[in-house]
Amino acid sequence: MRRWYLLLALPFLGLLYPPLYATEDPELFGFPFFYWYQFAWVPLTAALTYFVYRKTRPPERPARPDTGRFRRT
Amino acid sequence: MTFEVDGVAIAVFCALFLLVTVLGFVAARWKRGDLGLLDEWGLGGRRFGTVITWFLLGGDLFTAYTFIAVPALVWAVGAGGFFALPYTVLVFPFVFLVMPRLWSVASKHRYVTAADFVKGRFSSRGLATAIAFTGLLATMPYIALQLVGIQVVLEGLGIEGEWPLILAFAVLAAYTYTSGLRAPAMIALVKDTLIYATVIVAIVYIPSKLGGWDNIFSSASQALPERDEPGALLPGTPDAHVAYATLALGSAMALFLYPHALTAVLSSRSQDVVRRNMSLLPAWTFLLGLMALLGYMAIAAGLNVTDPNHAVPALFADMFPSWFLGVAFAAIAIGALVPAAVMSIAAANLFTRNVWKEFVNSDISDRQESQIAKIVSLLVKVGALAFVILLPTQFAIDLQLLGGVWMLQTLPAVMIALYTRWFHRWALLAGWLVGMVAGTWIAASQDFAPVWEVPVLGVTAYTALVALGLNLVVATLITLVLGGRGRADDRDETRLEEYDELVETREPAPTVGAGVT
Repeated sequence: MRRWYLLLALPFLGLLYPPLYATEDPELFGFPFFYWYQFAWVPLTAALTYFVYRKTRPPERPARPDTGRFRRT
Repeated sequence: MTFEVDGVAIAVFCALFLLVTVLGFVAARWKRGDLGLLDEWGLGGRRFGTVITWFLLGGDLFTAYTFIAVPALVWAVGAGGFFALPYTVLVFPFVFLVMPRLWSVASKHRYVTAADFVKGRFSSRGLATAIAFTGLLATMPYIALQLVGIQVVLEGLGIEGEWPLILAFAVLAAYTYTSGLRAPAMIALVKDTLIYATVIVAIVYIPSKLGGWDNIFSSASQALPERDEPGALLPGTPDAHVAYATLALGSAMALFLYPHALTAVLSSRSQDVVRRNMSLLPAWTFLLGLMALLGYMAIAAGLNVTDPNHAVPALFADMFPSWFLGVAFAAIAIGALVPAAVMSIAAANLFTRNVWKEFVNSDISDRQESQIAKIVSLLVKVGALAFVILLPTQFAIDLQLLGGVWMLQTLPAVMIALYTRWFHRWALLAGWLVGMVAGTWIAASQDFAPVWEVPVLGVTAYTALVALGLNLVVATLITLVLGGRGRADDRDETRLEEYDELVETREPAPTVGAGVT
């Protein structure tokens, strides 16, 4: 289940190497690539995070973890 | 440029300000709890759900000063200032991984601050004090900067003098005192609505008046290289690339170490709320990115501003009709109140828990604890006010920059400690000290520029990350040298399963002295 967390590395790979995107072209709606590319990562990262959240969520009604300290009788 | 007094704008501004003042006091009755307890006053009873947490965290992290300073930086230097976008993209996946663990262990042990956790984890009063000290040190100038945000807006309305600022802060101090964290949580609803309305209108309306985005970007690309310190529309040199990436990464790692961020996280109801919010909060990032572009719009509008901080107010004053100018300025000013309140509460929690209880009087009741925190929250605000009125604004800005450097030095003791207790507590303290001194010295020696040309490596990187590197090297070496001496491993009051970010813990556990068995 935890391997889904690896997806969260994608925004770091996409954004932490500026030579990848520090260019003017291709433009989109008048925005240089540098700007719209980074904007595009905002919804993309939100979607990735939500996906990972869904995938790693504990089952709906989890059995209460029995830590031994608050044992219910 | 000078701003003219605009009666309509001032009237709208004051009406909205009055509304949030009423809300601030009413908030005391919301989700009713015993405000005589620190958990209730300082953390809202740890009861906030997804929606409130989203508003509170968004309103708390994306401060008024951010909304003034980021476009100001973009206006002044261009692309270099846009690192705020990757920074606030990366912060949320990072926090998604780390913070649920802290929420979980803090909820089990009733920790209110990061220093509480460090004390429990390492059984080290020295280390906990260092963490608390760092938080207080970094928070004070940050509160002062929120005042600067209000001041800039007041100037934009043509209001001179210091009394309106003092009045605004006195009101803020009063409802923070009575309502605690509930006040900023409730006001955040208004703030966030106003900010979104302002930015959406600005982003649709202003470009249409300036000949479209094409024209805005091309005016910026012509004007930026002409500045005294030339800016650019794109980061061109390898140095600029490294600076950009390290600023984004380092800032993202530091943000949730700040006490005000942690306070908002701990006030949420469950770690599920924290995790879910990390996929919802990027809506704020989008907003900040759009806001940053207002800097270019101010360039394209050909506004003659001398102080970059006036770029946004001048743009709004130039473009908006009076009544909407009042709304926009109120959005920014109210935007300062939410973080200022949360920051002062966070500072008060730190002082009460980790300074007063630790060094002055450990034998206080829960009620006295809460009372001290309330009074400290007042003192903190008076301090911030004095800061802004008596000292030059640049001093607060420089210190806030140092704040990021300082906060990042607590990462090993707070965030790495969520995963491993491998580091020796004394080694963490030594690493922290080295990071603090080196980071401060580097920043001060080059006139508070945020990046530093690292000798040997030959790259220009964010000072905070360089200092963190030194910090980690020192902590690792000393841990290896000390070996098992003085480790106090048996005095870790937390247990492995208490960190698990995947375990649902809806009901806060009762307070139990958690001895290791």
